Amino acid sequence: MKLELRGITKRFGTLVANEAIDLVVEPGEIHALLGENGAGKSTLMNVLFGLYDADEGIVLLDDKPQSFAGPGDAMEAGIGMVHQHFMLIPVFTVAENVALGQEPTNAIGAIDIAAARKRVVEISDQFGFNVEPDARVENLPVGVQQRVEIIKALSRNARVLVLDEPTAVLTPQETDELMEIMKQLAASGTSIVFITHKLREVKAVADKITVVRLGKVVGSTTPDASTSELASMMVGRDVGLTVDKEPREPGEIVLSVENLAVLDDRGQRAVDGVTFEVRAGEILAIAGVQGNGQTELAEAIIGLRSPLTGLGKIAFRGEDITHSTVRQVLELGVGYIPEDRSSDGVVGGFTIAENLMINSSYKSRFTKGVNINFAARRQIADGLISEFDVRTQSSETLAGKLSGGNQQKVVAARELSRDVDLLVASQPTRGVDVGSIEFIHSRIVQERDKGKAVVLVSTELDEVLALADRIAVMYRGKIVDIVTPSTSREQLGKLMAGVAS
Amino acid sequence: MSREPDNIAQALKEILSGSITRTILAIFMGFLVGAVFMIGSDKAFIESLGYFFSRPADALGAAFAVVTDGYGALFRGSIFNGDAETFEKSIRPLTETLRLAAPLILAGLGIGLTFRVGLFNIGGTGQIISGMIWATFVATRVELPFVIHAVVAVSAGIAGAALLGALTGYLKARTGAHEVILTIMFNYIMFYFFNFLLKDSSLLGEEASTGNAKADPAAASAVLPKLLGDGFNLHWGILLALAAVIVFWWLMERSTIGFRLRMVGENPDAARSAGVSVERTYILAMGISAAFVGVAAANQALGSSIGLYPSAHANIGFDAITVALLGGSNAPGILLAGLLFGAFKAGAPSMQVFGVSPEVLGIVQGAIVLFIAAPPLMRMIFRLPPPQTSSALATLRKKTLKRGGSK
Repeated sequence: MKLELRGITKRFGTLVANEAIDLVVEPGEIHALLGENGAGKSTLMNVLFGLYDADEGIVLLDDKPQSFAGPGDAMEAGIGMVHQHFMLIPVFTVAENVALGQEPTNAIGAIDIAAARKRVVEISDQFGFNVEPDARVENLPVGVQQRVEIIKALSRNARVLVLDEPTAVLTPQETDELMEIMKQLAASGTSIVFITHKLREVKAVADKITVVRLGKVVGSTTPDASTSELASMMVGRDVGLTVDKEPREPGEIVLSVENLAVLDDRGQRAVDGVTFEVRAGEILAIAGVQGNGQTELAEAIIGLRSPLTGLGKIAFRGEDITHSTVRQVLELGVGYIPEDRSSDGVVGGFTIAENLMINSSYKSRFTKGVNINFAARRQIADGLISEFDVRTQSSETLAGKLSGGNQQKVVAARELSRDVDLLVASQPTRGVDVGSIEFIHSRIVQERDKGKAVVLVSTELDEVLALADRIAVMYRGKIVDIVTPSTSREQLGKLMAGVAS
Repeated sequence: MSREPDNIAQALKEILSGSITRTILAIFMGFLVGAVFMIGSDKAFIESLGYFFSRPADALGAAFAVVTDGYGALFRGSIFNGDAETFEKSIRPLTETLRLAAPLILAGLGIGLTFRVGLFNIGGTGQIISGMIWATFVATRVELPFVIHAVVAVSAGIAGAALLGALTGYLKARTGAHEVILTIMFNYIMFYFFNFLLKDSSLLGEEASTGNAKADPAAASAVLPKLLGDGFNLHWGILLALAAVIVFWWLMERSTIGFRLRMVGENPDAARSAGVSVERTYILAMGISAAFVGVAAANQALGSSIGLYPSAHANIGFDAITVALLGGSNAPGILLAGLLFGAFKAGAPSMQVFGVSPEVLGIVQGAIVLFIAAPPLMRMIFRLPPPQTSSALATLRKKTLKRGGSK
């Protein structure tokens, strides 16, 4: 099916989220919609899906103008959408989830689950999805859950499939599998709109690339374009994808972790006898596929998760902080960039200025006795906003209204402006646009150059290789090996799969 | 770490983020609903309906008359009585409004505080009773000089309520029990415990025991002094309320303590990551909340020189929820909302004189809160623009409503 968007304009008050956007997706084409966070990609797709009314412009399917009052109409017309956050019911089986909303019924009106199951198996077999129809969704890995979403769309005869940041939640292997699936779907005639900001994936899979910036289409190109060309189109200037970093002699030990064991939320041993140390002026990257205990390790260092007693020890500058509270750890001089920005990093209902003081509300430069020092806070906030290039109208803007990249800059500003000796940064650039990634990376390296110790937890290999002085690879709660950044990608990949060198 | 979203907290956040326009519209709508009930229960109107088509003016006239009579009586009973012969008598209704508004404002501040922290304290009744027990004990069983006696009695009321609140917070933090369940149960426990204390003259009951559950009047030295002389019932309670409004404003908007309370209310996960102990904050919030309610308890226990009955809590604990919701859980809002509902209480008797049942005011009160708590409904009725949001869910909800509605 051919999809065409003609002159789509969408305004929110004075903000123009989409301005006269034209987009043509030919049948069987994988069309990448590339842009920074907040560029207006998601708004555009919400217009297409009938969630927003466009102020101007029309949507055409096979050259016929459409008017969608809601997602139901859009699905009817053959548009399927896989959201970044899955719309699945965890306690239902795959077949039940797929049937939901259009349940096949038998003669007496009861749900015909056998028919639903058959449908799942058909689609799964056709594209080699390898999805078990009777599995409960909550027990499936994220990558498989995403395939369930795709099956859901296909079972409604979607012939235009919109994938909104589909790789954000996937491991590298799952990403590769998804790309294979996308190619197969395209080959079978499905048109795919692939929304992303990851350049490498675009180059690997797209037939055509449309770059969106600040709500406008800035250009269309093919995957032959070089990565740096694409990146500069996205951010409107040349970005260095590698970080300038001078070699540096590490100083004394700042953080030492010894034989640490931590349980995850389900009571499983997520961190299992981990030992390492980080020195001043050094970036230690904890690499690994998501879910191998990195999250729990970072939380244990900060004090959010208590390690198993009697086993292991965490020491910060020689002081035992194994069982310290978060506040004690932070006040000793540890900065923390949490993995999940929106749930742990910022308070969406607070202003930027308020967010900058959430971990220094006891006694700090923001306070005067038990009063908030509003004058000082405004001054500090304005300073940090310009220093960290947070794009906002004022420090009184709610953090929840900022784009992901700008929110992360607020978090980084908060943590890096405190006087800390150790920075624990968990996925500091996840879901962040290229411009902000570059900025945050350079700030992390600056901290290291100032002689601070940095623990970088990241699942992005590019990030790990660009920043790390040493790389600790985690697999199933254990550190498989600690290697230098000159290690080849292949070797790192092997380590991440648990094969010790 | 638990990541379970608290539905109540989420709904509260949405309700409290309402605009002033919406609040005023809600009040207007509440009065309109009240008018409908007044008209519907009016005899003259119902009789005139029988010949509505021959003389519709009769029905409309009757409807108009009952509404103006009713709300006119409310005005004369709560603000200014132009018919009274002396100036003192004509402003007396206003002083009554202030007197009755004081405990509503105080308890409203307490309940509003927990809303801001993402908690739902519906234990105002239990906390008021707990405060009254302590205040009454000091006022009837302890002998102290003037002024000091009142100060100690008020402090005892605050402490009594705050301890119960903190206990609730502790149980929530420690065991994970939901504060709604806990506070409801404490309401029962405190109510019957109070009854028990009042029945026994060796405890809090009348010295000259009659077998009825009743306390001795507070000692003259402990009673809150009258504000405008003996001609008026208005006492220092309203000044305590005004002081509490200022304290609340400072606490929530200016202090670092309130900053952390709000932080936990907005996003407990982020607060935890920022080094704030969410559990301790819950205990603190419930304690401070109940302390405000405790001032209301002192107001009840020490506001008059009549002994307390078991019903002396006067349902203030529940009315306070509506005050906090209408007031948007901020200091000026709660002050105004408390005054409005205080006026309802003051005006009710004079409505009854006109044959309009004062229960209508309860309906008005409930309707106002209902309209406040149903923002999409309000936007639909008045065709207000939706709040600026890019949340797909909100848009979806709006569309569903639009489809089901008039359009």
